[in-house]
Amino acid sequence: MKRNLTGSAWVFGDNIDTDVLAPGAYMKGSIAELAAHCLEAIDPNFASQVKPGDLMIAGDAFGIGSSREQAAQALVELGVSAIVAKSFARIFYRNALNLGLPVLFCPELGVIKPGDQLQLDLTSGLLHNLSNGEQFQCEPIPEELMGILEAGGLMPFLQQRFSKSGSKT
Amino acid sequence: MTPAQNAPQTLAQKIIARASRQPRVEPGQIVTCQVDLVLMHDSSGPRRVKSRLEALGAKVFDPSKVVLVSDHFVPATDPESAEILALTRRWAQEQQIAHFYDMQGICHVMLPQQGHLQPGMFLVGGDSHSPTGGAFGTFMVGIGATEMTGVLATGEIWIKVPQTIRINWQGQLQKGCSAKDIMLFLCARLGMNNNYKVMEFGGSTVDAMSMYERMVLCNMSAELGGKTGIIAADQTTTDWIRQTGQPVAADALSWHSDADAPYEAVHTFDASTLIPQIAAPHSPENTHPVTEFDQVPVHQAYIGACTGAKLSDLHMAAEVLKGRKVQPGTRLLIAPASLKTTEAAAKDGTLATLTEAGAILLPTGCGACAGMGAGAIANGENCLSSTSRNFKGRMGSPESNVYLGSPYSVAAAAVTGYITDPRQFL
Ligand code: SF4
Repeated sequence: MKRNLTGSAWVFGDNIDTDVLAPGAYMKGSIAELAAHCLEAIDPNFASQVKPGDLMIAGDAFGIGSSREQAAQALVELGVSAIVAKSFARIFYRNALNLGLPVLFCPELGVIKPGDQLQLDLTSGLLHNLSNGEQFQCEPIPEELMGILEAGGLMPFLQQRFSKSGSKT
Repeated sequence: MTPAQNAPQTLAQKIIARASRQPRVEPGQIVTCQVDLVLMHDSSGPRRVKSRLEALGAKVFDPSKVVLVSDHFVPATDPESAEILALTRRWAQEQQIAHFYDMQGICHVMLPQQGHLQPGMFLVGGDSHSPTGGAFGTFMVGIGATEMTGVLATGEIWIKVPQTIRINWQGQLQKGCSAKDIMLFLCARLGMNNNYKVMEFGGSTVDAMSMYERMVLCNMSAELGGKTGIIAADQTTTDWIRQTGQPVAADALSWHSDADAPYEAVHTFDASTLIPQIAAPHSPENTHPVTEFDQVPVHQAYIGACTGAKLSDLHMAAEVLKGRKVQPGTRLLIAPASLKTTEAAAKDGTLATLTEAGAILLPTGCGACAGMGAGAIANGENCLSSTSRNFKGRMGSPESNVYLGSPYSVAAAAVTGYITDPRQFL
């Protein structure tokens, strides 16, 4: 996993919920189809214009709502490299880490404009706005959970555990 | 400083300590818990975990500890949903899942209805309204599908020990008010960002509530953003368990918070002054007293979901609708929360009252609640719904508007065609 990320900012407000991230009407289809409608209710351009490596910036309670993992998976599918928010809904937070998507709390997050160039250091939690030189300190991801992220998500993490226990028996 | 071994604890702490096999745990600690029971449904269940488990070469840790429910895509409306349901059935058989309820009702209602909950249990569910189980004195949290794979493979999950917020309601609710009004009021009052907190309910109002109503409190703890909701068991709880045919665990009534438990906050509210509440689009937080809504037209009135279509909810609707008719131009759709709910409502005459008033009966299941089944709403339409969430586009077109209210309020709107104070009909 890359520990130093750079990309353009996509900026959202508070309470970005799982129904706008993964609209129910597209839940039956493939993740690619669903991702094409990600956030369309509030920003119809997002899914078509977000580029791999871009970062998401948001306010409080990002990912509030349902437990549907597709909310995080759609963002992974679109290539979002990390999300920095003032706070996250807990199931979304866990889902994102489990899918290998870095999510960082930044309670003191200031104003970032859409399209600003950002640099995020996952080890220190430092978010650097290259467009205006401002810096914000995010809470680093807890050590207990960094292992999951390092492995690339819970699946590869469990894979290690199961292959280890498999080789013992 | 770590508290003394005998320092008072919250109910959540006690359950997590037991599940993690520690003498006690403190808020903030990350511990690994053994899961007593797992709840899954067709949408986030087998279709999402089957291939992942196979990739791991893992089997379900204990098929007797899994409850699987088909409720989201039922009955199938197209080939895709039919496939999802078929896969769910195949997987249940392959894995010899002991408790598989196929199209019998909504998962959060099936779990208590079938007697699966005992106070003190630690459970996870593949759904954000899993806190509903907390009404029975359990600690139950929602998780996503990848995490579910981990739980199914190992029987364990890591958890950060949460702080608890205690919410007391005292006194008697007015006629036409219900647990739903309490929760909508709390969404506005406490906001939806009580992340990582357990919402523990108590007080004389809660003591007097039926299990159905207590389930609403815990169910909508999800809307408060809480990790879960919880209510200590009492005789109402043990009576319910007994009536399902299950024995009551000997220690059932011992699971409660200590007298001086270290709550992060304690809120106390007076139930007798609460009036019916309505959440306006597009968030439960956007709640106001019903009296502030001026002739808002309602095109669809919906009584459904784990939150708002249990037997007690149908009774509330029937109380309003008895001898009245649904307004032309408004449609009233009712999707009972389980087959047993429908059966009981048929036996006691409630269904007749509802259909005589002009209600349209839909199949049991999640239905229109999550925009997956019948009852979607069109561009520009307003729906007043007894469900739990009204996020943009949840029940259909992104340009539709969902309002939330109690079954009383939904029924009252069906009668007049606009958002109406139900108290005038009671
Ligand atoms: S009825 Fe609605 S809230 Fe309840 S489980 Fe189904 S989709 Fe979720």
